[in-house]
Amino acid sequence: MNFIALRMLMADKAKYFGLVFAFAFSTFLLQNQVSIFCGIMKRTGSQVRDVTDAEIWVMDPHTEYFEQTKALKDTDLFRVRGVEGVDYAVRLFKGNPTAKTAAGKFASTFTLGLDDATLVGAPRKMLLGSWERLRETNSIVIDRAGYDLLYPGEPLELGRVLELNDHKARIVGISDAAAPFVSFPVIHARYSEAIQFQGRERKMLSYVLVRPKADIDAVALARRIEKETGLKARTTAEFAWDCVVYYLKNTGIPVNFGITIAVALIVGLAVSGQTFYMFTVENLRQFGALKAIGVTNTRLVGMVLLQALVGGALGYAIGTGMAGVFFETTLSQMATRGIVLMWEAVAGVAVLMALVAVAVSLLSVRKVLVLEPASVFR
Amino acid sequence: MIMKTNESHAVTCRAVRKHFGEGENRTEVLRGVDFHARLGEMTFLVGPSGCGKTTLISVIAGLLEASAGEVDVLGRAHGSLRGKERVEFRRRELGFVFQQYNLLPSLTAAENAAVPLIANGMKRGDAVKRSTALLDRLGIGAKAASYPRFLSGGQQQRVALARALVHEPRLVICDEPTAALDHETGESVMRLLSSAAVAPQRAVLVVTHDNRVFHHAHRIAHMNDGIITQITSPS
Repeated sequence: MNFIALRMLMADKAKYFGLVFAFAFSTFLLQNQVSIFCGIMKRTGSQVRDVTDAEIWVMDPHTEYFEQTKALKDTDLFRVRGVEGVDYAVRLFKGNPTAKTAAGKFASTFTLGLDDATLVGAPRKMLLGSWERLRETNSIVIDRAGYDLLYPGEPLELGRVLELNDHKARIVGISDAAAPFVSFPVIHARYSEAIQFQGRERKMLSYVLVRPKADIDAVALARRIEKETGLKARTTAEFAWDCVVYYLKNTGIPVNFGITIAVALIVGLAVSGQTFYMFTVENLRQFGALKAIGVTNTRLVGMVLLQALVGGALGYAIGTGMAGVFFETTLSQMATRGIVLMWEAVAGVAVLMALVAVAVSLLSVRKVLVLEPASVFR
Repeated sequence: MIMKTNESHAVTCRAVRKHFGEGENRTEVLRGVDFHARLGEMTFLVGPSGCGKTTLISVIAGLLEASAGEVDVLGRAHGSLRGKERVEFRRRELGFVFQQYNLLPSLTAAENAAVPLIANGMKRGDAVKRSTALLDRLGIGAKAASYPRFLSGGQQQRVALARALVHEPRLVICDEPTAALDHETGESVMRLLSSAAVAPQRAVLVVTHDNRVFHHAHRIAHMNDGIITQITSPS
């Protein structure tokens, strides 16, 4: 009977395409919005995750996310180093000085000052130049997006000079740093120079980056540092997640995306539901004839469910294809870099669309179940 | 008229009553029908519109539940059949020809005629092969691959006839099979029905008010106001 169900479904082209495209657009919108939302949220902790040389971040106890820093005392670094299990602990400065080009173009930046001796926290993915050249006097590494922002339309070139708080710094490398939440250029410099770019304050130590000894668990060490120093210590994963949670709690982003996602779901359900319901109602006489001939209610329910699932599956496949094309074409753009179609969104929306298809068929199946087979004689 | 179940009877109705609605809206459609249709015969059920013919065949077919009385079809009392059992009985033992044909527009003539076989579990390919052979016997083999919208009324009714006969049911129930056809086409459909469906262990029950085809009947049950008033023979 399955082929009969499918023939019935595809015979009415207008409703068939209407059903498929309702599922397709709903799928596209849901995957698109969920992936963009997660991508944006992931950006809130991208600078934390970019640091691969250390596993623990130590900060002021009241720090909630990466951008919010309250400087530590220089002695805190030594207290952290004194905790058992610490392999090494180094300084990290984070500031937002304004960078200005010779042509007068300027932008606020994320400037990270790395430990002068070890350069722990330096960007590992370089597009041009080398992070080791940060050891040169007045040198910086800037990310690709920041370079494009300050030198729009110009080729990547080393040796250009940026002015940061009246200090001139030469670009010795262009990195492929992960996109930050706000589109500031990401600049890496040595600690001793980065604090000059910001303007001198009494305390400048933003974070202490810690690497545990080989056999020490990072989470356990973080808790020990907290206990022994009174400072806040988070592993990289914990701190990146803290950033996400902060933005979820304190911005309107989740609400805005939530509304779009809900609208996509409701519209998808309403349009596909209405289309499929009309399709079933218009085919009631055919279902009645099958019922009279002796097709059981169970078989008829199976036919209706199959029709909804096939419509849903085709729509889902088309919608996923559309989402794939969208993310593939936007992936290479600077503003949307790093935002990808997440497999979790693809899988989650598949489950959701299957539920929508079942819900849609349940709306229609009742009409078939209560249908009097004797109605075909009228 | 009280009747006993007889092995030669395809259908036996005893004091069958059927009403719709309750209270002020209650309408008595069948008021105690006593009737039988014999195996090996084509029995016509005739009468004016609204006399209860369609309701009676719906009850006989098991599509409607009688409010009172007993209905035996091919030796099985409807009362003894429950839910799925009744649907299965209908699927195996009964064939239907509807006034409006009720062919599935998305299936070809051969596929439409094969539906009862497929519903009975036969593989699609085998079922279509068998239905095509039957369409051939009914004179429209050349249209086996055509969709209903490309067939005339007479051709569609032949496909419906093939659908009613393809699984070799023992009782074929026809509701106004010639109502939508001109006389010549109606006559040819009835000839086909008579030759293909009437056999010693089979019976055909036809609801009609087309008196031009009465001569095909072995017996004619006249119905009026919810009861059988007389049974005649066309001769």
